[in-house]
Amino acid sequence: MSILVLAEHNNSELNQATLNTVAAAAAIGGDIAVLVAGHNCASVAEGAAKIAGVSKVLVADNAAYENMLAENVAALISEVGKDYGHILASATTSGKNILPRAAALLDVAQISEIIEVVSSDTFKRPVYAGNAVATVQSSDPIKVITVRGTAYDAVAAEGGSAVIEAVDVVTDAGISVFEKEELVKSDRPELTAAKIVISGGRGMQNGDNFEHLYKVADILGAAVGASRAAVDAGFVPNDMQVGQTGKIVAPELYIAVGISGAIQHLAGMKDSKVIVAINKDEEAPIFQVADYGLVADLFKVLPEFEELIQK
Amino acid sequence: MKVLVPVKRVIDYNVKVRVKSDNSDVDLANVKMALNPFCEISIEEAVQLKEKGIATEVIAVSMGPKVCQEQIRTSLALGADRGILVETDEQLQPLAIAKLLKAVVDREQPELVIVGKQSIDADNNQTGQMLGALTGMSQGTFACNLDIADGKARVTREVDGGLQTVLLDLPAIVTADLRLNEPRYASLPNIMKAKKKPMDILTPEELGVDITPRITTLKVEPPGERQAGIIVDSVEALVDKLKNEAKVI
Repeated sequence: MSILVLAEHNNSELNQATLNTVAAAAAIGGDIAVLVAGHNCASVAEGAAKIAGVSKVLVADNAAYENMLAENVAALISEVGKDYGHILASATTSGKNILPRAAALLDVAQISEIIEVVSSDTFKRPVYAGNAVATVQSSDPIKVITVRGTAYDAVAAEGGSAVIEAVDVVTDAGISVFEKEELVKSDRPELTAAKIVISGGRGMQNGDNFEHLYKVADILGAAVGASRAAVDAGFVPNDMQVGQTGKIVAPELYIAVGISGAIQHLAGMKDSKVIVAINKDEEAPIFQVADYGLVADLFKVLPEFEELIQK
Repeated sequence: MKVLVPVKRVIDYNVKVRVKSDNSDVDLANVKMALNPFCEISIEEAVQLKEKGIATEVIAVSMGPKVCQEQIRTSLALGADRGILVETDEQLQPLAIAKLLKAVVDREQPELVIVGKQSIDADNNQTGQMLGALTGMSQGTFACNLDIADGKARVTREVDGGLQTVLLDLPAIVTADLRLNEPRYASLPNIMKAKKKPMDILTPEELGVDITPRITTLKVEPPGERQAGIIVDSVEALVDKLKNEAKVI
């Protein structure tokens, strides 16, 4: 059976998360087709055609798909996806928004955020904020799945030469309108793709103090994240939240600064390769998962850290 | 405007979950149960709409065994007007829940459904979107702001890169994210009053819904545990370890 992967993009570029999802598709095994739904998105389709292991790219180019509204794109997937054995999307906010709607239109279940393919119908996924891992088997004819990007290494973005086919199905539900998007502009790498992440918690005390983290991040080429406590306190915007209900990250190095380490935060970062915790409370649970802990006042540590890493 | 709020009974978010030794599931025996935090936020939003004179009635609906009445009573104490329990001892998965909710929507004809974006047990994040598919309603997921005006719902959504705003035709489904509001606590008088509020009990059979599970859980295991590492005594030592031992900077 073939596998359909929903491409994530902004109409000009393919999002890296798609490469991780294609890796999960490759682990299932079978012909891989990528669906690019968007508007004036020819460059995305060309990019998708080059992904290693992809044999076909389906392009649905229509104003109805420009902003990936779930009502329209889910209907498209339920039409195009009927003949596939698996339909995959990245477990990003976009994939999570669209895919369950598509699954219900197809009258099949969805398996959310898989971290391992056991066989073509059996998968592993974290439950209870990552405090347990369930192995689940689907009896549906079509397996609709979202993939946790950090669980799969991206496939090569170059090297493939898939055929590109236009899809002329237009499913405009006409019940929702995209009004605006306020995206945070940053020169730093994206949280979920960064090799190094430095995050601040309630211990940062205010938003201005995050400046210390930004400085370190810029030296290391790191992304900056935050705990839910820091976001709820209004220090930084929500898109920086790492945790069960925020972003899931698994970088080479995760530096937690002034973060106590609530279960919900650990769920978002405990698969990082090396974890550093800087906290003045030696009882903080974050130290139980840290490879290197430093019990000290972060306001003393950060300037010194900044100086030493530049040497 | 009638507002329907689906609510779920889950393990209390402060409880540390343990996997059963036979790996069949997590151990929920004698564990504190509570209203799913995202459902609390949904109820709060609906009650605030009522306080603003936008909503006329707030209905809390839950599905599952008889004990789920507790979470409906909690919702009533928080300000919902009446409750509905679709009672079953069968295991319910999101698609089945969405189908049961669709049947309730058909009976009640709400103009707005506010549902938590995910439950903190199964972490599926599916029910609202699936209900959208089955009812044909518009959807505003991961909402951090909701405005109802001129027969439409304007929803600000938390998306990966920041915020997105969509304008939805009613009836609509909104799934609540953490920052939509700060839920209130139920006062004692309201808890007493909630005991007298009406609650209908239905069954999947009465609603004519097939709830057969599509997914079988083969096993549940604890995640790979991380070992605590070492405590270093200075920033210098930390940088040295990162450079020369872990080799990550």
